[in-house]
Amino acid sequence: MSSKSASDSVLLNSASAKSARRFPMRLEYDASRTRSPWWSPILSIILALLLCAVFIAANGMSPVTVYDKMFRGAFGTSYGITETLVKAIPLLLCGLGIAVAYRISVWNIGAEGQLTVGAMAATAVTIYFPGLSSFWSIALMLVFGTAAGALWGLMTAIPRTHFGVNELITSLMLNYVALLALDYVVFGPWKDPKGFNFPGSPMFTAAQSLPVLGTTRLHIGLIFGLVAVAIYYLMIRFTRWGYELKLIGANPTAARYAGIHIKKHIIIVMLISGGLAGIAGMAEVSGVTHKLMQGISPGYGYTAIIVAWLAKLNPLGLIVTSVLFGGLIVGGYSVQTIGLPSSISEMLQGAILFFLIAGEMIHRFRIRRNA
Amino acid sequence: MDFTTQLLIAAISAGTPLLLATLGGILNERAGIIQLGAEGLMLMGAVTTCIVYIRSENLLLALLAAIAVTAVLGLVHAFLCVTLRANQTMSGLAMTLFGSGLSAYLGKSISGIPLPGTSPKLDLGWVKGIPVVGDIFGRMDGLTWFSLLLVLALHLLIHRTSWGLHLRAVGDSPATADVMGIRVQLIRYSYITAGTALIGLAGADMVLAYAPTWNEGLTAGRGWIAVGLVIFARWNPLRALFCAYFFGALDSLGFRIQLLGSIVPPYFLKMIPYVVTILVLMYLGYRNRNKPSGTPESLGTPYIREQRF
Repeated sequence: MSSKSASDSVLLNSASAKSARRFPMRLEYDASRTRSPWWSPILSIILALLLCAVFIAANGMSPVTVYDKMFRGAFGTSYGITETLVKAIPLLLCGLGIAVAYRISVWNIGAEGQLTVGAMAATAVTIYFPGLSSFWSIALMLVFGTAAGALWGLMTAIPRTHFGVNELITSLMLNYVALLALDYVVFGPWKDPKGFNFPGSPMFTAAQSLPVLGTTRLHIGLIFGLVAVAIYYLMIRFTRWGYELKLIGANPTAARYAGIHIKKHIIIVMLISGGLAGIAGMAEVSGVTHKLMQGISPGYGYTAIIVAWLAKLNPLGLIVTSVLFGGLIVGGYSVQTIGLPSSISEMLQGAILFFLIAGEMIHRFRIRRNA
Repeated sequence: MDFTTQLLIAAISAGTPLLLATLGGILNERAGIIQLGAEGLMLMGAVTTCIVYIRSENLLLALLAAIAVTAVLGLVHAFLCVTLRANQTMSGLAMTLFGSGLSAYLGKSISGIPLPGTSPKLDLGWVKGIPVVGDIFGRMDGLTWFSLLLVLALHLLIHRTSWGLHLRAVGDSPATADVMGIRVQLIRYSYITAGTALIGLAGADMVLAYAPTWNEGLTAGRGWIAVGLVIFARWNPLRALFCAYFFGALDSLGFRIQLLGSIVPPYFLKMIPYVVTILVLMYLGYRNRNKPSGTPESLGTPYIREQRF
């Protein structure tokens, strides 16, 4: 092989020795270039929009009309903007949880289930403790929602730490279990007797609902999200715990030799991760839907994975990307008026993620002139 | 027919898509690349089959289209994971999201329309006469027979041929394989593409033999169960056969208990496959805690020439 490449960089092409001589340029991989440029997420979004435009056009629609409809629906009116923010709240909370776990390479893709059980636990408070004062019912719902989400996170952490089971599979299986449990309670024991046989819990009272801003649907859960982001920033920046997470993330073997208990950290981050998703679930039922019903989450837990990645686990980035993806969800709903499925936003999310992970690597390749 | 025979028939019918997807996953992971996109790939395979079959009324064309579409997605995964060395977990998740979104979008126009036919049954007159065995084998359709042959073929390929040796070498130690003159990148590309096409065929089987119309998200997590089954089967095609049928049985057992008038609500019965997956993986993890698990040694780590690990 070529002796020209530096020790930390290698040739891309396996048939390189020969082609390197013939071809004046070569591609070089430099693993040390880990920081991708700031504009790479923006470029990913643009390329994803272009790719999906091809599919939309192939299906006989005009991509311009569709994207215009989506954008106007999400950001065009003051109603659209508050709706976008309403959707951004669960994305921010779940995305933050995923980011915390990802710091030490724990892949939590179970935010969807953790959110669902959080919503269920909050609803349990309204059913088993009716008639509490506003303060106590909200506080109790918050505690129950967080605890349920954290418990669901723990059920992913324990198999990983004590049985060596990949957390991706466990957390995903638990999503399906949570959704089936939700179906059971809304069709069964918690079904509203006055609900015209419609699956869902009874409506929450005013005391069990989170305060909203004016006449909009924007609720105080936004404050929960922002406070959580601020705490995350301070914890990561200034505490020993944050430092240990950074150390494990950078080099788990070195961290273990340094005496850091990795299993304990995995359990802690999964408790936090699940707890935050649980808060998101509590905020959804108490702030938005005011009752427990099927489809409480249109895939917030999955979208939040991309939110966390696009933000590169950065607190400020999390706020920006969750608003952006909140807009994508609202935009997805608004294309339903022209007869398209809202899952068009899911397709866009997948495409963005493809370009994002590709972009993260592509900039590590450099075109070099052969000497 | 007694209960057991009925359960066996149902287990095979529900287990076949799981088997095909698991075999596809095994091919991917034997080459050292994690494949978490099974759910999205199955959905893409299913929706392509439905669209082409309804439009052209030609089963073979529909199957080929499903294979072609998922093979293209496989090439994307291979390009990201092998050439660009991107994060394999994230690429798989992107595949699942993109696949479920795109399949829902493309399938909107044919949602609920029944397919013109099902997977053809093989006419085995002489087998049908045998009790029990005849009941089971006489009912199997073409894709089920194909999956059985595939198990045998892949078992022989992986464990008895030099191609299989190369495949295992690439999954276990790509650097060594490279030194031995095996073309690591070519092998990885080929097996990823072939494996994802098989997962697509699993989706096609779901609509042809199991649920005869397209519905948004019709796989309901079976792709993810297949990801678990790859581990459960310890990357071995023969074990995959038993594991897939076992889960097929669990899947249909819930439905059958319901028919028998069980007092347990159906939602809990539907949880069985998911809960059992977690419990079985925990048991395997516990039992094999000090033993090699059969995982391809370099699973998940991209291979870079001239770089020491």
